[in-house]
Amino acid sequence: MGQVTLEINGKSVQASQGITILQAAKSAGVEIPTLCDDGRLEPYGACRMCMVEIEKKGRTRLVASCLYPVEEGLSVQTESAKVTKIRKMLVELLWPAGQQYAKKYGVTRSRFATGMADCSLCGLCVRYCAEVKKSNALYFKGRGIDRKPALVDGPHATCSSCGECFSLCSGGWVVASRA
Amino acid sequence: MPSVRTAADLADLRTETLAAQKAKPVWITVCTGTGCCAYGAEGLADGFESEIDKRGLGRQVGLRRTGCHGFCERGPLVVIEPKGICYLHAQAKDIPTIMDKTVLGDEVVTRLLYLDEETGKRVRTAAEIPFYKHQKRILLENNVLIEATSILDYIGVGGYSALAKALNQMTPDAVIQEVKRANLRGRGGAGFSAGVKWETTRNASGAPKYAIVNGDEGDPGAYMDRSLLEGNPHSVLEGLIIGAYAMGATEGFIYVRQEYPLARKHAQMAIDRAREYGFLGANILGSGFDFDVTIHRGAGAFVSGESSALVNAIEGHVGEPRPKYTHLSEKGLWGKPTCLNNVETWANVPFIVNRGADWFRSMGTANSKGTKIFSLVGKVKNSGLVEVPMGITLRDIIFKIGGGLPAGKKFKGVQTGGPSGGVLPEALLDLPVDFDELDKVGSMMGSGGMIVMDEDTCMVDMARYYVNFLAHESCGKCVPCREGLRQMLTILDRIAGGQGREGDIELLEELSEFMEMASLCALGKSAPNPVRSSIRYFRHEYEAHIREKRCPAGACSALIQYEIDQTKCSHPPCGACARACAVEAIQKIDTGAYWVLQEKCIKCGSCYTACPDKFHAVRKAPVAWPAWQFPSTPVRTEITV
Repeated sequence: MGQVTLEINGKSVQASQGITILQAAKSAGVEIPTLCDDGRLEPYGACRMCMVEIEKKGRTRLVASCLYPVEEGLSVQTESAKVTKIRKMLVELLWPAGQQYAKKYGVTRSRFATGMADCSLCGLCVRYCAEVKKSNALYFKGRGIDRKPALVDGPHATCSSCGECFSLCSGGWVVASRA
Repeated sequence: MPSVRTAADLADLRTETLAAQKAKPVWITVCTGTGCCAYGAEGLADGFESEIDKRGLGRQVGLRRTGCHGFCERGPLVVIEPKGICYLHAQAKDIPTIMDKTVLGDEVVTRLLYLDEETGKRVRTAAEIPFYKHQKRILLENNVLIEATSILDYIGVGGYSALAKALNQMTPDAVIQEVKRANLRGRGGAGFSAGVKWETTRNASGAPKYAIVNGDEGDPGAYMDRSLLEGNPHSVLEGLIIGAYAMGATEGFIYVRQEYPLARKHAQMAIDRAREYGFLGANILGSGFDFDVTIHRGAGAFVSGESSALVNAIEGHVGEPRPKYTHLSEKGLWGKPTCLNNVETWANVPFIVNRGADWFRSMGTANSKGTKIFSLVGKVKNSGLVEVPMGITLRDIIFKIGGGLPAGKKFKGVQTGGPSGGVLPEALLDLPVDFDELDKVGSMMGSGGMIVMDEDTCMVDMARYYVNFLAHESCGKCVPCREGLRQMLTILDRIAGGQGREGDIELLEELSEFMEMASLCALGKSAPNPVRSSIRYFRHEYEAHIREKRCPAGACSALIQYEIDQTKCSHPPCGACARACAVEAIQKIDTGAYWVLQEKCIKCGSCYTACPDKFHAVRKAPVAWPAWQFPSTPVRTEITV
């Protein structure tokens, strides 16, 4: 794998081709907030917390850094005005999930009456069960605003009660739904 | 079964077919499109069939059950060829008269002809009806001439000759160049150049390559793609085969949504017949090109129309958009180069190949060429499917073709582009309809839905309808789209319910901007458009809801109440309103007058509709706010009789 040089927040960074901006930033010591990222799982791109502003050939664009691959000559801003605006709104919309970033982005309360108590639908439980445990005991039920993680029930239930998904869930929703 | 191996075979088959058709001097064409079927067109066609049998006219009179003619408002439609006499609202009881006068005789049944309200004259043919006269019907033209299930009918009108031309006389590259030069832009919404897409797919490495028809038309009020697949499936299929040849695809899919069973049936029949005749399969028309097509039945989610979600669905996964930053033309279905185009885009291809890019470029505006089919619906006199050249103004579509609004109603706005589009006000009626112009004013072409709204439509309610639709039809994966829509819906519910707050409009605008920046796919990015455009052009309506707790259109039920204007009510009162009321909220009091008990009223509007036009005594009035300050039972002294 070849190496590419890109710029993250004005600092020149070397990265091996094929990795994502998020990975490159992490190894360069730049922290990008995430909610649905987990090194063991395929990038998911759902929480949008890791969005960054990139500049390529004079054109800027907002992308999810967990998915966008590094490119030669790319210039990345991880805390631009647009990016912080997005993160601020995300923290508000997910409230109380994602509170760990509230202080950083100056959110003290949400202007919205938010949906599911503690679940941001990051999908870590569902994806871990499918990708790492290969047991597909969890799935997403419904779509749109009705979407929520659920346990496959009935004769096709495959949950072995390993409990590994509990620790992945920051809001404890998985535990609550089993009760 | 004649297998067509060469272009000459095809030409012979066409000559034979035309000769066979000519043998019958008169053809009765009954529109059996979805609209006309709802009016009972199937029964009408059966009636004609048995009438022909009964009179023993099987050799002289032919019957064709065709796809949608477009003028759905006046269905069932019957056209008697070759004279082209067009009957509207034809009923089974009219069959003997039509047979006697028009089919066997040389007369017309005047009462079934179109009445031109301006001139007061009846016109005989479709071409003279203003609804058709101002259109430019290319894709829809053959719908009237062929039976959707008959491949011979399609061959008779020149079908598959473009395929023969492409395979025998053109290199794949020449086909791509022609489509590129024609500047055919995707009819599904985004308007991306089809030729460029094909070229990228062709140049991408990997095999096999796939070509896909996106028939997941899900916009409320839109049925263009449905009518093409139902009425002329071979034209879509021919376009697909030509495209596959150009880009080097060997396998194709037609994705048809679950809700379109007839489109699926007809597309399947088209594939089966095409395979029998040698237009699909190995060595098509002796060219050495192999291609075959499978139908994929959608499982009923609006978001599956998004291209990467559609590809996921065909793979057997949940129809959710792919988050990756790679083009489908490079890594699509099963990781292979894939090209997706909308039904209407594919249907344009045979015409471009046959008539050339210059012909196609002669229609339209600088950057939008050709024609576009719109489904013109809502508060318009002539609703139906219309095909117009790009660049025609909204005013021409709505007033010349659509005949304007029903009597006495004032135009308020037109919604184009479905849930991803916007609503445009009267001031923009002279806007030329093309991809870029619609984009500039905050709407979009979309797949071609066009919903006309009159003064009784509330823009807050309209925005709420679309946001509610999207909130339930989004996949719900990414936070901005899912949570953004959830909050938009809450805010709009609040405003429509009279609970709006200062700052709500600004909050909606902030959410709109955020969703456009942060959402994962095009559905989420464009989801705020109905809200944004309605705030942009109808901000005063939002303000009236919030500040005055008043719905100017009288549509938001929480903000209106039904009242009986005693000065207008008949003497003695006819009682139609009370009879129509399902909850007994309209009661007669001692004086003999009727009164609406607001406490009981569920605001269904039945009384409003039931009150005879000559009295027009039931009216919508703003709720006197706050409601609890007003007596819930009628106070007799207030009545003025």
